[in-house]
Amino acid sequence: MSAFKDPFDPDLTLGACTCGEHRSQAEHEAARVGDTAEALNRRVIQSALMRALFPQDAVRRRFLHAVGASTALAAVSSMVPFGALEAMAQDKGPIEKKDLRVGFIPITCASPLIMADPLGFYRKEGLNVTLNKTAGWALIRDKMLNKEHEASHFLSPMPIAISMGLGSAAQPMRVATIQNINGQAITLHVKHKDKRDPKQWKGFRFAVPFDYSMHNFLLRYYVAEHGLDPDTDIQIRVTPPPEMVANLRAGNIDGFLGPDPFNQRAVYDEVGFIHILSKDLWDGHPCCAFGVSEAFIKENPNTFAALYRAVLTAAQMARDPKHRSLVAKVIAPPNYLNQPETVIEQVLTGKFADGLGKVQNVPDRADFDPFPWQSMAVWMLTQMKRWGYVKGDVNYRAIAEQVFLATDARKYMGQLQMKAPPTSYAKFKVMGKEFDPAVPDKYLASFAIRKAA
Amino acid sequence: MAFRDALKAAALSLVFLVFLLGLWHVATLPKEKASAAEDEYAKLMGKGAAKSDGFPTPAQLGATILNHLREPFYDRGANDKGIGIQLGYSLARVAAGYLAAMLVAIPLGFLIGMSPLLYRALNPFIQVLKPISPLAWMPIALYTIKDSSVSGVFVIFICSIWPMLINTAYGVGAVRRDWLAVAKTLEVRPFRKAFQVILPAAAPTILTGMRISIGIAWLVIVAAEMLVGGTGIGYFVWNEWNNLNLTNVIFAILVIGVVGMLLDFMFARLQRLVTYVE
Repeated sequence: MSAFKDPFDPDLTLGACTCGEHRSQAEHEAARVGDTAEALNRRVIQSALMRALFPQDAVRRRFLHAVGASTALAAVSSMVPFGALEAMAQDKGPIEKKDLRVGFIPITCASPLIMADPLGFYRKEGLNVTLNKTAGWALIRDKMLNKEHEASHFLSPMPIAISMGLGSAAQPMRVATIQNINGQAITLHVKHKDKRDPKQWKGFRFAVPFDYSMHNFLLRYYVAEHGLDPDTDIQIRVTPPPEMVANLRAGNIDGFLGPDPFNQRAVYDEVGFIHILSKDLWDGHPCCAFGVSEAFIKENPNTFAALYRAVLTAAQMARDPKHRSLVAKVIAPPNYLNQPETVIEQVLTGKFADGLGKVQNVPDRADFDPFPWQSMAVWMLTQMKRWGYVKGDVNYRAIAEQVFLATDARKYMGQLQMKAPPTSYAKFKVMGKEFDPAVPDKYLASFAIRKAA
Repeated sequence: MAFRDALKAAALSLVFLVFLLGLWHVATLPKEKASAAEDEYAKLMGKGAAKSDGFPTPAQLGATILNHLREPFYDRGANDKGIGIQLGYSLARVAAGYLAAMLVAIPLGFLIGMSPLLYRALNPFIQVLKPISPLAWMPIALYTIKDSSVSGVFVIFICSIWPMLINTAYGVGAVRRDWLAVAKTLEVRPFRKAFQVILPAAAPTILTGMRISIGIAWLVIVAAEMLVGGTGIGYFVWNEWNNLNLTNVIFAILVIGVVGMLLDFMFARLQRLVTYVE
């Protein structure tokens, strides 16, 4: 049992309890209950390391007494990547649940998690994943709540909303990775070709995929910056992305801020044109996410790790512009997106017809940076508060840090030699206006148009 | 004479069909001869290549039908299965929900039909629940049952129960008094009375209710599957609608129509079996 001793405990001696690990029998009992395989694992690694650093036990004890256990841990951690070592030791563990059902909406946002199936990234991790095409975001939510899906494609604000119990029963959901950044657009009906100034949009009817979506927040932000109140001057209705083009053709809506390939599909079908790419509102904004419930992570840590790696591997590949045509090819068939390949290719390569007679070349029209910035979660919360989806005080940071698993992302990205940012918060600009995640309430107060609290 | 009339009707049907197809063909003739892709923009817009959208010509539809029927049971992953498999899923759901409804509706209908008191007591509930669109139950079903596939079956159950229940109750209640009086005179036990007097007498009405129910169930399953997705003929329609592929949607509509007709035909035969002439 000596491997399980806390090597950072200066007072430790043998024989105080039945296992020798604790100072007293009472402490032993208390600790046994809380022991998890993970904690033991960590202990083994740390012990091995401390023994290697201090071959003589007396020296180790004197060192720990002198500097204190926590300082010692910090000092040693700075030299040795405990996290990665632990993860590697842990990942050897068997996969708890091999057969997984993953829900997705057929849009290019989900490219990484979709392509991981035909390209065999799930299989390589020992997982047998069934991708279930789902009819809309409300159903994505319900199927996750009902545990019909083990993991799912989400709109990135959805896990926040579900964890907070907004629009559903509260259940802790987690964002493992962001699926895609950019890659959305405002598409208008061709009859509005001469109404390019949002000030002319009074009375327009727009579709967005879901209340808790970046699409909704970005569309509201955009029209508000142009002086329109999204709650009174225009109409915003929730429509599943695949039905947006059909509604636009039928004249049911004047436009939509929707995910691709449906912007491009509207152009391809000659019913709409691309007014503005979401990239031009906020370059690098998150859109969809890959998430699981907290219960799933707790019950199946090894499975979760394998899933994480598979999706990150796919994201890494999707980021490379030279792979984009291949990605378009593997996600286009009826089993996945069920769209003409040329439409998807135009979205992913960024060389596209804009519906106004021009060919545009925007290589970063869509990108797949997987890192879940907690600052982005804070921004989403400010917008949820701005438009009255949340009321009262919001503990921005606590929620962001709970839901967006930046630390895990960093760990697994490190394992795959992907570059992860050292911090989880960053300032960014939305339509030229800076957002500082440190002062969300001040940011919120700076908007003239918002729902009265 | 009857044979000649039937022949005439069939010929007229054929004329209508040819006329409709001709009209369709003319209406969908390509307006402009698709020019070969000259510049990049036209190429990106899919000009020159055959686009799958737009209203298909009868010939295109024929090709699609052949294509689907040639391989009705293929399985290329969870979201891409042949039309035969999708139909199988839908029929299985309808069968499950319908049988469950039958097990509830017919015994309950019997009770209600035999007891005027029970009839009056339950009537308000039936009258309120009957006109609710079965799809309105879907969110509640999803929330409480917590399984989308079972929710689909539940919606079939709830929509097919009412016609069967009401017709059974009516049929049982309308059994001729003299027959019941005869049974009473002969001191027939209640069970024997139910199975040998009332059931045969009410059977035609009950079967009518069942026939209405199966028609409604088949209408509703398509809508339910479009909502829930996953598998089934409704999902097939939804999936092709996403792709704005009208040819496949029309094909699915035809299949739905034919299967619905076959189901109705089946119950019509059953109905004829139990009909009696007084």
